[in-house]
Amino acid sequence: MMACARTYYDTVSLKNSAIDIQTSGGIESAYVAVVCHACIEPPCAKVCPTGALVKRKGGGVVFHKDLCTGCEQCVGACLVGAIHMDRDAKAIVCKHCGICTSFCPHDVLEMRKVGDADDMHTKTSCEEVK
Amino acid sequence: MSSVSGLASVLYINLTNETSKVVNRQDLHDKYLGGTGVATMLMHEEFKEGTDALDPESPIVLSIGPLSGIFPCCTKVVAMFRSPLTGEFGESHAGGRLAMAMRFAGYSSIVITGRAKRPVYLSIYNNDIRFKDASSIWGLSSTTDIGKILRNVEPSAGKRSIIRIGTAGENRIRYANVNVDTYRHFGRLGLGAVFGAKNLKAIVVSGDGEIEVPSKSAYSKIYKEIFTNIVETDLMEKYHNLGTTENILPLNELNGLPTRNLQQTFFEYAEMISGENFADNYLIRKISCAHCPIGCIHIAMLKTSFGPSHEYEVRHISYDYELVYALGTNLGILTPEGVLELIDKCEQYGVDIISIGVVLAWATEMSMQKRFTTEETKEVLLKWGDVKNYLRAIDLIVESPNEFYSALAKGVVFASGKYGGEDFAIQAGGLEIPGYHTGVGNLVGLTVGVRHSHLDNGGYSVDQKAFKNNLSDEEIVDMLIFEDDIRGVLTSLTICLFARAIYTYDAIIEALATIGIERSEEELIELGRDIFMKKYELKRKFGFDLDDVTFPSRFFETASTNGMIDEARVQNVLSMYKKKRWGADRT
Repeated sequence: MMACARTYYDTVSLKNSAIDIQTSGGIESAYVAVVCHACIEPPCAKVCPTGALVKRKGGGVVFHKDLCTGCEQCVGACLVGAIHMDRDAKAIVCKHCGICTSFCPHDVLEMRKVGDADDMHTKTSCEEVK
Repeated sequence: MSSVSGLASVLYINLTNETSKVVNRQDLHDKYLGGTGVATMLMHEEFKEGTDALDPESPIVLSIGPLSGIFPCCTKVVAMFRSPLTGEFGESHAGGRLAMAMRFAGYSSIVITGRAKRPVYLSIYNNDIRFKDASSIWGLSSTTDIGKILRNVEPSAGKRSIIRIGTAGENRIRYANVNVDTYRHFGRLGLGAVFGAKNLKAIVVSGDGEIEVPSKSAYSKIYKEIFTNIVETDLMEKYHNLGTTENILPLNELNGLPTRNLQQTFFEYAEMISGENFADNYLIRKISCAHCPIGCIHIAMLKTSFGPSHEYEVRHISYDYELVYALGTNLGILTPEGVLELIDKCEQYGVDIISIGVVLAWATEMSMQKRFTTEETKEVLLKWGDVKNYLRAIDLIVESPNEFYSALAKGVVFASGKYGGEDFAIQAGGLEIPGYHTGVGNLVGLTVGVRHSHLDNGGYSVDQKAFKNNLSDEEIVDMLIFEDDIRGVLTSLTICLFARAIYTYDAIIEALATIGIERSEEELIELGRDIFMKKYELKRKFGFDLDDVTFPSRFFETASTNGMIDEARVQNVLSMYKKKRWGADRT
């Protein structure tokens, strides 16, 4: 989370991370990583009224921050809860850059190429943190 | 001095009036950075002479450092208070999520005074401070359940910290702890009893702040260097793999593992409760404090039957070296199941495991010498390895139904003062000892250390070096002083001491520079010394005098890693330490 937030924002924070680590029932239970699943037909893009979120080749979305009006339609449309808002009321959404995986020391998050080498779409695989 | 704003905000809480205020204390932070340094100065300001540890006005200070939440492994919070166990200086450090939560809520320190009129818990969410009724959770028998209940009524799942006391704190057991996020603790010296005396059941902290750093590229670069050092070198691997329990077998081999109330320093059955056995057969997960890549918190699974028709429950219990010593070797417990049962019992009540382990070990020896009546003990017959009776004794200590168990609840110094057996009440500076009997370095280190903890100056580690290379007494003293001082710097930055090999002076200087704090190595060394001296001023106010320290003879009757310890030599090393610290004429 720290890595994601500092890569895309000028500040140090947890809140500006596109990947969110939660506990399901307290620290005694398993951790859960909530992050964009890179839907092939992304519901968030469908409900975006301004075209800020656009379907991305291979899955997920491309986010045009300047077009985002902060309506939060995408937040509700995302079933996995992978979108939240920053303090300027702009959506925070995963770019699948993989920076989080390079700061994960325990084989939990990994960067995986999907499809052939020409298709640079990548996916962070992190359903559950051990 | 720092160009990063919001790193010097102190939140003052008054429980009596249910009021709070925030004051920018840049003055203190400019000089003392944060953590233990700032806490010491806040304690000097807040402590009124003559105030007993459990008086309403006795202050609690919680402090983080400027690197907290910004760099990895800066995960600790320093708690400072007057100890109800020893009556003198109280300081304890905890990990978990509290440091991260305080940072993003916007507070570098929290100062708590007063006594609430009814049981309360504090809810701190950014600048929203609430005093909430805790009557319905007061008296609840499980600290784990307290967490579960508060989790459902407070915001910020996953990013908050929930610290709470159990019934031991409510009942003011003098070594009650404060549970931090289920698996970490302000363990030693009785902060839980201070919470109890303030009618303070719990504190929930969270926030969603952002911190601006002067140069993000410089920050990201240094961050990456430190992070890489942590995860790609073997400097910290041992803490992740077997964890601290990897020390059970080596210390057993070296005759440094206190066993059956330090009657010996090896345990015949050490392999049965070794770190290896725990890891191979009981370990189910490893977790980290927030913003630490290591994962040193080892969680074991204990499956027990509670009914005849294959009725089972499964408990997840954290374990580490000190616990396996205190509720394992030192009580002669043979099985991991037995150790885990005892750990869990203490966890649910919220008592310091090292202290209660030593109290039980002393009581066992007394009991075997038939120095208690069955009326006193309520027919609980303590003997080595008997898990059932130890479990019962822990219940009774926390419940304190009679004078005998009330005495045990006041610690081994008080109990042995009342019933005898001081010669084998294994304490240093009034505090029940941790799991080392390695030699002169450990004994003197525990005695002179500001909180009489093995973590003050790592005397056990000095002894292990002496074992290999034969150190002179002067070298031992110099090493203790060096460690006392550098650890004052590390804990002012609330860097976990497990990361001390990562955060060298050079690394600290670079990390501080990225947030606009310029320090030289000389300045840091001087700061460490200054903090040590300021803490000793506090210790004197609380009535501590190094000249008054006495040792139980047990220390000199049981062989250590470095052979039998000669009391005259210990006194000599102690004098040398005092001379180097304060000059010839002052102790």
